[in-house]
Amino acid sequence: MSSHSAHATAGHPAALLHQFDTADQQKDASTLGMWLFLITEIMFFGGLFIAYIVYRNAYFDSFVAASHTLNIPLGTFNTTVLICSSLTMAMAVHSAQVGNRSRIVLFLVLTLILGAAFLGVKVIEYADKFEHHHVPGPSFQFTEGGNPKNAELFFSLYFGMTGLHALHMIIGAGILLVLIFNASKGWYTPEYYTPVEMFGLYWHFVDIVWIFLFPLLYLLGGHLPPGSGGH
Amino acid sequence: MSTAIESKETRNYLNAGYDLKSWLLTLDHKRIGLLYLFSISFFFLLGGLFAVGIRLELLTPPGDLFQSETYNKLFTMHGIIMVFFFLIPSIPAVIGNFLIPIMIGARDLAFPRLNLLSWYVFMVGGTLAISAALMGGIDTGWTFYTPYSSTYSNSNVMVTAVGVFITGFSSILTGLNFLVSIHRMRAPGMTWFRLPLFIWAHYATSLIMVLGTPVVAVTILLVGVERMFRIGIFDPALGGDPVLFQHLFWFYSHPAVYIMILPALGVMSEIISTFTRREVFGYKFVAFSSVAIAVLGFLVWGHHMFVSSQSVYASLVFSIITYLVGVPSAIKVFNWLATIYKGSVSFGTPMIYAFGFIGLFTVGGLTGLFLAAMGLDVHVHDTYFVVAHFHYIMVGGAIMGYLGAIHFWWPKMFGRMYPEVPAKTAAWLVFVGFNFTFFPQFLLGYLGMPRRYHQYPEEFQIFNVMSSIGASVLALGYALPVFYLVWSLKKGEIAGANPWGGTGLEWKTPSPPPTENFEETPVVTEPAYSYHKEEFELVKS
Amino acid sequence: MGTKFAFFPEQASSFASSVDNFYFFMVALSVFFSVAIFLTLVFFSIKFRRKSATEVPAPFHGGMALELTWTVIPFILVMVMFFWSARLYFTIVTPPAEAVEMWVTGKQWMWKIQHLAGNREINELHVPVGKAVRLTMTSEDVLHDFYIPAFRTKMDVLPGRYTQLWFKATKPGKYHLFCAEYCGNQHSGMIGSVYVMEPQDYEAWLAGAAGQGTLVERGEKLFAELACNNCHRPDGTGRGPNLEGVFAKAVQLESGQKVTADENYIRESILNPQAKVVAGYQGIMPTFQGLVTEDQLVQLIEYIKSLKGGPATGTQSAPSADGV
Repeated sequence: MSSHSAHATAGHPAALLHQFDTADQQKDASTLGMWLFLITEIMFFGGLFIAYIVYRNAYFDSFVAASHTLNIPLGTFNTTVLICSSLTMAMAVHSAQVGNRSRIVLFLVLTLILGAAFLGVKVIEYADKFEHHHVPGPSFQFTEGGNPKNAELFFSLYFGMTGLHALHMIIGAGILLVLIFNASKGWYTPEYYTPVEMFGLYWHFVDIVWIFLFPLLYLLGGHLPPGSGGH
Repeated sequence: MSTAIESKETRNYLNAGYDLKSWLLTLDHKRIGLLYLFSISFFFLLGGLFAVGIRLELLTPPGDLFQSETYNKLFTMHGIIMVFFFLIPSIPAVIGNFLIPIMIGARDLAFPRLNLLSWYVFMVGGTLAISAALMGGIDTGWTFYTPYSSTYSNSNVMVTAVGVFITGFSSILTGLNFLVSIHRMRAPGMTWFRLPLFIWAHYATSLIMVLGTPVVAVTILLVGVERMFRIGIFDPALGGDPVLFQHLFWFYSHPAVYIMILPALGVMSEIISTFTRREVFGYKFVAFSSVAIAVLGFLVWGHHMFVSSQSVYASLVFSIITYLVGVPSAIKVFNWLATIYKGSVSFGTPMIYAFGFIGLFTVGGLTGLFLAAMGLDVHVHDTYFVVAHFHYIMVGGAIMGYLGAIHFWWPKMFGRMYPEVPAKTAAWLVFVGFNFTFFPQFLLGYLGMPRRYHQYPEEFQIFNVMSSIGASVLALGYALPVFYLVWSLKKGEIAGANPWGGTGLEWKTPSPPPTENFEETPVVTEPAYSYHKEEFELVKS
Repeated sequence: MGTKFAFFPEQASSFASSVDNFYFFMVALSVFFSVAIFLTLVFFSIKFRRKSATEVPAPFHGGMALELTWTVIPFILVMVMFFWSARLYFTIVTPPAEAVEMWVTGKQWMWKIQHLAGNREINELHVPVGKAVRLTMTSEDVLHDFYIPAFRTKMDVLPGRYTQLWFKATKPGKYHLFCAEYCGNQHSGMIGSVYVMEPQDYEAWLAGAAGQGTLVERGEKLFAELACNNCHRPDGTGRGPNLEGVFAKAVQLESGQKVTADENYIRESILNPQAKVVAGYQGIMPTFQGLVTEDQLVQLIEYIKSLKGGPATGTQSAPSADGV
């Protein structure tokens, strides 16, 4: 590490890094960097969304039949949980803005709990898929209608997209732990709370991805009567 | 602006530390640039060796030197190494890393740790790709077309795919770092329209890196999933669609060509301006043409698929947008010519590369119009015509740009001049060797020789022999700089801060620059490319 | 073919010369611009070479008129290229209504061709001169591409669906047939020859395979062997739709959509019957994936195409497969 940056890397995280002139510049750079990162994430999920839409059109009946086996109440519950966690996250950012240390910690912990709840429900849903042999692979079975091959593709995309989303949640939970620790040390002040704010952006993004995933995977095609996929 | 520059200043980024740790853990963008320089030079050598194998095999019509399996691996690894591990990082990761902060008057990029991480990510990806080669190679072609890559190939597809996937993140992080730095780290007075065109070109390039790379990453991931778990995504036998792969792949990989060529276009603007002492003619047109190429570049991917069962109407749209890309490309060439008009032209080595670039880029661009022509593409698609065209752009354009940049900023990077005579000889060898290698391939392609052929009918031999002979001249041209550049590190003449009489901020700091680039933050008071007679007279006296 | 020095392959199809004419136009334009740019570059560099070390030319900030000129002229030129080449493309990809039909199956690493009369060949294609020929193509494994340079045409051959290629050969002779899409180990060995024959020679060649049964005959036999006729009855009383006269007609689906019953639809209905069920029928047909070969599929399709009964609409079978 170059000796020039030594003064910047040691000690308090609020320190101005050597390449920046002002704290504002440093914060602006972080914010822009975060937004750009989120754009790359959108492109990343975008590839999967396009694949899903293409195959949903190609294998409409099978996809509807497979979609019907998903648990809409659990999905709805999870959607609510995530929206609440976005709210608590926003509250945490606000608490950091006004410098209320104990409330930062409180809201971050709440966010973490809600995130964990979401993942817990996801585990239940995944377990259910294993039970019904709806996990793509050699033991895959699908008798609820449509072509099993195409239903398998639906479940591949289902696991791919929700799995990638869950991975983002897990990474988020890890970062939350660090933030909670730092916040309890009183590192975040109204002058410096960039990490909390940046993580807020990330968390809202993960939330929004789910807002798209839920209707796409669970709800679309619901207008067909149950079992009509079995033509 | 501070003009007091003395080469007496001995503390610089090169002598800031000598141990391995000071390099491997450096956060200095200049040192990271050099790390990239050494790594991609190695990959270039490797990719070049594969090319030697290809050209030797094609000297004779029958497949008599290698087994077909070996030959297929040679061209695949040549493509993968050259595209993902040399061309895409070449100018941005080496020259861009070194120069962007200096040119905008900053002490470093916005995220130095991220920058170092990019290099490590790149090396992890590269190591995987090389280990795939050592484990027996991969034979899918660099395009990884499904279902061959996902089902039928028995080679190391997974390891290579993971390597390319990981390297993609290096590219994303670099692009992100550049965008944030250009937006937020400019020195006082450095407005958008005072930025050197090199910066504009890198801005456009970074946009593509950030927006395109995630898509190819997820595509390659899907190929891996299909291969490992036998889930039908692209293989029709499993219920997938092979054409979807082509759409997703080219959505990134066509813009990736612009990742290679846009930075080279930026380099040319810098060199031509400096060696004519003129403001680049139509600065704003050249700047916006870079952005236009980047944006349009995202809308043309379907021109790779005119004969792949894509709908006719989709092809029409892709064809017309591809033709539109020709316009901003032409604008650049004409503006450079206008810059030279009534300029004060001198013929340093970088300028020789610039002349070569204009010639090769013109031919490469014009033959691109042949391929955008739907009716003609049906005949020449997947023939050597395509091979020749993209080498004119990616080798003739991007590598000429890269070598030009290396020769232009070498004195800045190391503080020493290289000898002009061998340097100019090398530039001419590259130009002549290149044309000899690839021009015959246009003729071969129109005659109907398909690409990726291990053996071929006899009537194609003459052009293949010409091509192989040219390639040996080209190899000589590429090898020569290694010798005189290394020689110059110790024995070269001291360059001084501004050996070419350039106007950019990089010429207003000592060579090699100090660790934080400037003694004090520069303040910019005039547009880019403002040449002043007094300054040259001062230097003379 | 010969081995003499040449810059373009023989012109042996109806559109080969049009393609070449466009190519020559492009070459002329490219040579003109390359030479003009090169000469200008050399001329400017010499005329305006640096005369003294301290010389600085007068600054010049560009001119709108010039910029517009070299924006508009290239724009007009590329639009000319676009419209010319698009017209050419439509000629190349639109088969005429009356065409001799043949079936092509690509597999690693050979071309298999079936003629309606029952002739089969491998890596050879015999066609009559002066008659439009339409190839319907599919692959048993990976992507291939059917390429005949002398005809200036090629088309990708994909697994799981049919694509089409047409040409009208104009000159008797023997021409290269290449696979142009990389397909693995012996990609460069997946080559063959196209023999363009005088009509009477072609008829004689076709007759050489007499007695093997035409594709329609074989398809009819298969239709019975696979018990398709149990459900698909000509009187419409079966559990499956009546197939008479269905080919190239629009079909109303259970999902409300309409599709044209072309080769790709029939193929899909045999291999993946649940995908697009005809309105008014139950999706009870089992899949024949793995039970019929690509060759047998071709025979079944030809048989279904031959069932001309039902209400005639008088419309000629439209170009149907993908990419057309």
